[in-house]
Formats: sequence, structure tokens, C-alpha cells
Amino acid sequence: MDTGNKINLEQVRHIALLARLELTPDEERRMLGDLEEMLQYVDKLNQLDTSAVEPTAQVGEIGASMREDAVTNPSAPDSILANAPAASEQMFKVPKIIE
Amino acid sequence: MTTDACRLTIADARDLLRRRELSAVELTRACLERIRAVEPRLNSFITVCEPEALAQARDADRRLAAGEASALCGIPLAIKDIYATKGIRTTCASRILENFVPTYDATVIARLRAEGAIFVGKANLDEFAMGSSTENSAFGPTRNPYDLERVAGGSSGGSAAAVSADECLGSLGTDTGGSIREPAAFCGVVGIKPTYSRVSRFGVIAYASSLDQVGPFGKTVRDAAVLMRSLAGSDPADSTCSTRPVPDYEQALSGEVKGLRIGVPKEFFVEGMQPEVEEAVRAALESYESMGAAIIEVSLPHTDYAIAAYYLIATAEASANLERYDGIRYGLRTETDNLLDLYRKSRARGFGAEVKRRIMLGTFALSTGYYDAYYLKAQKVRTLIKRDFEQAFEGCDLIVTPTAPTTAFKLGEKMADPLQMYLSDIFTISVNLAGLPGMALPCGYDGKGMPIGLQLIGPAFGEEVVLRAGDAYERSGAVARRPAAV
Repeated sequence: MDTGNKINLEQVRHIALLARLELTPDEERRMLGDLEEMLQYVDKLNQLDTSAVEPTAQVGEIGASMREDAVTNPSAPDSILANAPAASEQMFKVPKIIE
Repeated sequence: MTTDACRLTIADARDLLRRRELSAVELTRACLERIRAVEPRLNSFITVCEPEALAQARDADRRLAAGEASALCGIPLAIKDIYATKGIRTTCASRILENFVPTYDATVIARLRAEGAIFVGKANLDEFAMGSSTENSAFGPTRNPYDLERVAGGSSGGSAAAVSADECLGSLGTDTGGSIREPAAFCGVVGIKPTYSRVSRFGVIAYASSLDQVGPFGKTVRDAAVLMRSLAGSDPADSTCSTRPVPDYEQALSGEVKGLRIGVPKEFFVEGMQPEVEEAVRAALESYESMGAAIIEVSLPHTDYAIAAYYLIATAEASANLERYDGIRYGLRTETDNLLDLYRKSRARGFGAEVKRRIMLGTFALSTGYYDAYYLKAQKVRTLIKRDFEQAFEGCDLIVTPTAPTTAFKLGEKMADPLQMYLSDIFTISVNLAGLPGMALPCGYDGKGMPIGLQLIGPAFGEEVVLRAGDAYERSGAVARRPAAV
């Protein structure tokens, strides 16, 4: 069984960028330790030969819920925008994205 | 009568309400008074909805006076703060949604409203339902009504504690890896995770979509059955919801288990389990035998791999589901002059440590070069776990196990070690991976007076056999229920 390090600090920073999370240097170090421990633990899955096993993505019954794609709820821009941290007229405000 | 009305079961309150011997307003006031008395110690709720609940109660009384008798009319319930409730703040116990007010009701909330149920408050949980103790709430932990130094379990800890402490008559939770059953066991109440796809999840904030399921808590199995009847059923807004007809679960409570074949998986009696938990479960099995059920040993050989598979699948799905919290359309936002930093800073400030940990693990498991080794591998192991149950159910009608390896642990005891915390779900997690119905119900108390939970697992859509067996055990009087000390 592989006992080498599964992840390094550089990867932690890359994953944090992909996940859009800003981590402090202290958080990065703790995250490295926690992820290392979890990845060592889940390594036990490699004890199982799954070469002939199909993956399961979903269980249960999918409903026969195909229906007309019709709008049934009333338009409520004011209450929706009331949750926005920054809005102007009937728009969400974001920082400038084109220089 | 009215001061103790909060202690009633749903079944008893329903009869008193229909006979007009108790009003919905009196019953709701009794719950609100109880909430005021115990909340400073328990913290079961993030938001108490007193004016809304009293308005709902007055409306319920009008309907009851007019002879309307839907099952839950006038019944005060607590709702896990993960369900969208129109006009009522819905936080998911996260700073990132601290001020979020939904513009619509979750389907099950709309159904309960239509029946005249009353929502006394939004119950506490682990942030985004990620946890096993409700200590990951941004609004402080919920304490166990049997011992304030101990956790209520999680993630639906507030929903379980609120029922246990008589702050409401029943409640709603969600269960992704044990989040209804483990707190039910810890707080000495009944909790059901239905079959995956049995209940609509529209309007329920998503954690891990292939595992999440909605379910009720009650003081008795009968109450859980009454709630299940109202919750289950197809929904045009949720294509993952089954269109199978919904049985009358209460009708299934015949009290009869003669000839029932109960499977006991040998892998569930592991080293490290609290001896009193094993003794209580063995005693429950003897009760079933004396009622005429047959006890059969079964094997679920891949049990030991369930937690590893779960934490890859659940975190991968969570990392995708939680992408939506970006500080743009709703939720907490940290202003900066560029969009990338706005996302990164808002999410850094809005999410707690455990949520960040799971987003990171999930993002890693889905990232280029690691997908096959981690996420796909976990999905294949999920197939093996699902097959274990299918094979076991060829030889039995119901599987009985402990709900958790120990009774409620102390606050702070497992917070420093995430893996130890994850292991508290060792007996419940495989049920989610297989998509089966599972119920926790009290089967005794340990030496410190903490409740012990039995878990009944049925085949897919086997809620009736689970409820029938649970009710028969409860009615046999094998365990005298002790009220919570709080």
C-alpha cells in the first residue's frame, strides 16, 4: 500500500484556487494535514478489485416527471433582488470584468 | 392541560384538536412557552417564528372549526433551517446565508402548509448539513436535552433536540449519511430517512445530491408514519422524485411481526462499540424473537469501506453544489475590485472550517488526474455496497443494527479530529449509499442515562415494514421511555 504523501502545499493552493476559496497560510497548512489524513484513509478502497464493477452514480427511482417547460411561478424581481448584496435597478451588480 | 400540551404526541393532539378539546393556538402557545424556557440552554433553533406560528395556528383553528381534518392541521413542527421557507430567513447555519430570505417554499413545506401544520421555528444544524454533532453551526451548537454537556448529534441536531425537549410535536430533518438517524438516537426520539427518491427535495438546500433525503422526526413511530404520509409523493419540480403511489403508512402499523425475518449483519458489531449499545440492541432482537420474528445472521461484507466511499462521493457533489455561493445573487459578499477575489474572499469569510475542508476534498477528488482514482473508484465501491444489501434482502425482510457505535459524546470531544467525527456515522452511511429507508428509534439508555438508538433498515420503498416493526417494538413496552431532563 502506498504510504507516500498524497498531496503537497502547492496542490492545496491550486485546489483552493479551483474551489474559489482564499485560504490563509495557517489554513493552508491545516488543510494539507487534514487532506493528507483523509486521503490516507480513503486509500483503503484500493484493497478492493473493482476492475469489473460498474460505477453507481444514482440510486432510487427517477420520476416520470417530464413536463412542459412552462413558467408557473410569478415573476418576483423585487424579492429576488432583495437578497442580492449589491443591486441596481433590476440588475445584480458585479465588479468591472472587462478592462 | 394546555401547559403540558407540548408533550403530546401528534396522534393524540390530532384527536384532541378534532374534538375541539384543545385549540391549535393553545397548543402552539404551549410549544412557544416551552421554547422560551429551554432555548437558552439547548439552542435547538436558529430562528423562532412566533408571530408567524400564531397566525398559522389561528388559521388552523378556523379550519378545524369548519370540520376540516387533514392529518397535520394545527400540529406545531420544527423545520431544519435547510428548507426554503417563503418570507422566513433560511440560513443553512452558515454565515454565507445569514440574511437569505427565500422567495418560495420547498415542496414539502408547501404541502405541510396546505395541511394546516404550524412552523414554530427553523431548527439548528451543522453548516450545510455537514457534520455529526451540530457543532459546525455558525449559530453555536445545539445541546443534548438529556445532558447539556453532550451533543445532540447532527447534522439535524436542532430538529432532534426540539422534539426530544417537547419544543414541538414533530420536525423535519435531512439525512445524507445519518443526519436524521444519529441525532434521533442521541436525543431519544424516532427519525426516518426514507428511500432515496421517496420524498421531494425541491427547495431543500443541496449538500450531496445522490445521497440527500428528506425525513421526519417524531416522539413515536406512529407520529413518524403520520408525517411520512404527508411528505412522500411525486413532485413535478423534482425529477429525482419517484411517482410511485404513497401508501397510508399509519395503516401499516398492525403491531404484528410474527414470521418477519430480521437480518443482523455480523459486520455491524465491531470492536470499539460501547458495550451498553450492543447489549441494548441484542435485547431488542430478543424482544423481536419473543414476538415471533426470526433472527437471521446476514453479511454486508463491504461495510468497512462505506465511510471512505461516502466521503469522496459526498464531498465531490458538495463541491459542485456549493459553487453557487459566490456573493453575487444572494448571500454574504466581500467587496473587492475584481471578480475572482470577490468570489474567493466572500467564500473564505462565509464558509466555516468543515465546509471548506469538504469543498477542498471534493474539488481534489474531481480534479484532473485524480477523478478515476478517487471519485470513480468510490462510485464503484458504492455498487458493491448496494449489492451487499440486495443480497442480504434475498434472505430477510428487515435489517436491524445499532444506529451509532456510542451514545451522545461530549461537546468538543471530536472537533479536533474530523476522521473520528466521520466514524460516528459508520452504521448509517451505507444505507444512504444504497438508497434504502432507515429508521432510528430508542431501545434503551446507558449507565449515564443517555438514549441508545436501534436502526431498522428496509429494502427500497420498504418504509411500511420498517414502520410496522418499529411500532411493534415500541408498543411491546420493552423499553420504558424516559423524558429528557432539560
